[in-house]
Amino acid sequence: MKKVMQKFRRYAASKPGRDTLISFGIVIVAFIVMQVLLSLGMVSSLLESLLVPICAYIVMAVSLNLTVGILGELSLGHAGFMSVGAFAGVVASTYLADTVAFEPLRLAIAIVVGGICAAIAGVIVGVPVLRLKGDYLAIVTLAFGEIIKNIVNVLYIGMDSNGLHFSLLQQSFELAEGGEMIINGPMGVSGVSRLASFTSGFVLVLITLFLILNLINSRAGRAIMSVRDNKIAADSIGISTTRYKLMAFVISAAFAGMAGTLYGLNYTTITATKFDFNTSILILVFVVLGGLGNIWGSIIAAALLTVLPEMLREVGDYRMLIYAILLIVMMLFNNSSLKQRILEKRGMKQMEKLEKAEQSGKEGA
Amino acid sequence: MSFLNHLINGVSLGSIYAIIALGYTMVYGIAKMLNFAHGDVIMVGAYMCFCATVYLGWPPLAGVALAVVVCTTLGVVIERLAYKPLRMAPSLAVLITAIGVSYFLQNMALLIWGSSQKSFTSVVGGSPIQLFGGQLTIAPVTIVTIVTCVVIMVVLTLFTNRSKAGTAMRAVSEDKGAAQLMGINVNTTISLTFAIGSGLAAIAGVLLCSAYPTLMPTTGSMPGIKAFTAAVFGGIGSIPGAFIGGILLGVIEIFAGAYISTQLSNAIVFAVLIIVLLVKPDGLLGKHISEKV
Amino acid sequence: MAMLEVTSLGISFGGLRAVDELSMKIEKGGLVGLIGPNGAGKTTVFNMLTGVYRPTDGGIRLDGQNLIGKKPHEICKLGVARTFQNIRLFSGLTVLDNVKTGLHNEITYSLAESLFHVGSYRKKERAMNERAMELLSVFGLESVADYKASNLPYGKQRKLEIARALATDPKLLLLDEPAAGMNPNETGELMETIELVRKKFGVTVLLIEHDMKLVSGICEYLYVLNFGRLLAEGTPAEVLKNPEVVTAYLGE
Repeated sequence: MKKVMQKFRRYAASKPGRDTLISFGIVIVAFIVMQVLLSLGMVSSLLESLLVPICAYIVMAVSLNLTVGILGELSLGHAGFMSVGAFAGVVASTYLADTVAFEPLRLAIAIVVGGICAAIAGVIVGVPVLRLKGDYLAIVTLAFGEIIKNIVNVLYIGMDSNGLHFSLLQQSFELAEGGEMIINGPMGVSGVSRLASFTSGFVLVLITLFLILNLINSRAGRAIMSVRDNKIAADSIGISTTRYKLMAFVISAAFAGMAGTLYGLNYTTITATKFDFNTSILILVFVVLGGLGNIWGSIIAAALLTVLPEMLREVGDYRMLIYAILLIVMMLFNNSSLKQRILEKRGMKQMEKLEKAEQSGKEGA
Repeated sequence: MSFLNHLINGVSLGSIYAIIALGYTMVYGIAKMLNFAHGDVIMVGAYMCFCATVYLGWPPLAGVALAVVVCTTLGVVIERLAYKPLRMAPSLAVLITAIGVSYFLQNMALLIWGSSQKSFTSVVGGSPIQLFGGQLTIAPVTIVTIVTCVVIMVVLTLFTNRSKAGTAMRAVSEDKGAAQLMGINVNTTISLTFAIGSGLAAIAGVLLCSAYPTLMPTTGSMPGIKAFTAAVFGGIGSIPGAFIGGILLGVIEIFAGAYISTQLSNAIVFAVLIIVLLVKPDGLLGKHISEKV
Repeated sequence: MAMLEVTSLGISFGGLRAVDELSMKIEKGGLVGLIGPNGAGKTTVFNMLTGVYRPTDGGIRLDGQNLIGKKPHEICKLGVARTFQNIRLFSGLTVLDNVKTGLHNEITYSLAESLFHVGSYRKKERAMNERAMELLSVFGLESVADYKASNLPYGKQRKLEIARALATDPKLLLLDEPAAGMNPNETGELMETIELVRKKFGVTVLLIEHDMKLVSGICEYLYVLNFGRLLAEGTPAEVLKNPEVVTAYLGE
């Protein structure tokens, strides 16, 4: 027992250990608190309706953090992958409605399908995009996000006894008797059975955290971070930078797809325009405010900033204005000389400690 | 004949993109930042002109002048308050701040003018010109737009290449530190760049709403994004690049909408951008800078 | 057969001929210096050897294997590791993780094991930690293993870069001005460490330096580069006597 405690303490003292514990701690405590409040009936219906979106946004933010914070490439089209996941998941869940009656299983399958489809989209987008650098890469991810939105917007998928039917631009197929349209072009999907629940969202968040934190603290994760910190040096020690860039990008897209499925299956109707540039930016704001590479920061930022505008409803029309001002002020503070000084002090302390240790070492000798 | 019609419309739309893209590209060249709020300055300009002509009954040209003055001031104030403190910060921080400014402007407009669409009266009067026995119709605003863009382009090129302030701008965009050592006031130069860019945005806003007469708080976002794409397309930081990129983008958009699908015209525009960047990673006229090992 | 054979190597950037007609032969286990005044093209040679630049002409063979056209990470896998003149550490990672990243191709496990922390994950990570600590102790860096690499003082950063390069288990180690920015004491200490590393790891070393006195102390053979061309080669004693070398260094 004592040995276990010791091991735990050592784990908690290391940075990866601390990050993992904090991340899981926040999520689990928040889930329990919400469950208690829900059972006591103390949660407003507004907040209750936000619980699943918050889970989806947390997964989005954590996955985007993998691209922006861990890999170090700016992506402005993350909502595109969310869109792919949402619509693929809806198609999968509708298609399986009769065969898989058990809803949680159907949701799980839909989420996996959403993740796989988004991962495929991630490969298609990532291969050309990752050859570019910096702002050019950013603008091309933006372009892909818009392209995905536009294509989904003209996509028609219907289902009848003969299986699934697809067409682009206009509905060019006839459905047999009893068939139904799943995706109806710009009208999107409607009449979806809402499979997502707070608990399923919570489970998805846990799985995401488990896998992404594991990845960061592994051989592959170090390779990805080495590409971020210094591509040329990473190359020089035998790391295939293209491989690891693509790996991070595709994993990130896959999780965005899963988040998309969760999100999509929380509403009876969704349209492609929901997943536009503004959504990508929203997620990016979570990541940057939570701290690049800081996973639990993304969790908190995603949850708070999803709730904040809703809480600000009290101030009515001013809420988005206040949100905008808060955003600017936070960025200014984050990069102010005040915070810089605090950080520098921390670095200096480490240096000083090092010098002192060396001097005492020399004197000892 | 419809081909010619589409071409003229494309060049006209492209001219608007080009004027906006000039603002993006100049600011990027000098401050190395993506000013996402630029698109919303367009919207502010259009509202200003709208208020002056509709509420105050001013003549159109006075409305344009007011829009330019307000936007120029706005651009300088935004730079001073929101971007200047972040000059040493990572580019991502500046980007998010710019997004914050963009939200701010949109929601400010929402509070002042409401969310309902305003129908903008074109600042260019007169009836359409009929050519080839009515087969080709050109709206006066189309001509004015194209001419304005060309004039701006020529004046701006002369300004950056010939004038002292223009030379200072080029110097600052090459190397801020060295420019400062040469006695150039970097802060003034950056302010001047924002002033010019925002003034141009006002003109673009008025022209945009004269051609497509619906005005609301989000009017600037999509043209902003597309103009930014145009700037990257032509090679960001390059003034002729922004011009060429803007025109090409407008033409591609109109043609794609006319001959392929209006719903997919944006997708096609962005697909062309991606292809161009894959072939020429620094845009059509961009400079290639490789990292020194 | 020599371990590294460079034949008539040349590269042009636009109209500029940065390196021209350079031939070198380095035997296994050697400690060889590549010297020359600033701008002579020394780092460019390293960049060609490691695949960062593709030479316009000439050949590079490592143990008979052609290196031209190979990507930097492939060349590293074939056994060439390097350090950089302007230090290139993974500044966001800890000192230990910098070296563990160097072990990327030495101790491997799959992506699935990375994601789920199953299989050989624990065993391999432990092996990586041990190996990395071993390497750090060679350079006296074990006490700072948990520090962020960017928080180390300059001299230690240089040492860490060498440790990271050694982690890839190279046959040939290229050091680009390893003593730059160090005081004479530190330099002397570093040169001893390089000697030690060569013996302990059985690695062949090619190092760039423009301080000739410094390299003549430890190098067995020197190549002198000037304006991209080979000016002289030989043992330190021979090279130092060469009037052309003296002129290149001191001017006329």
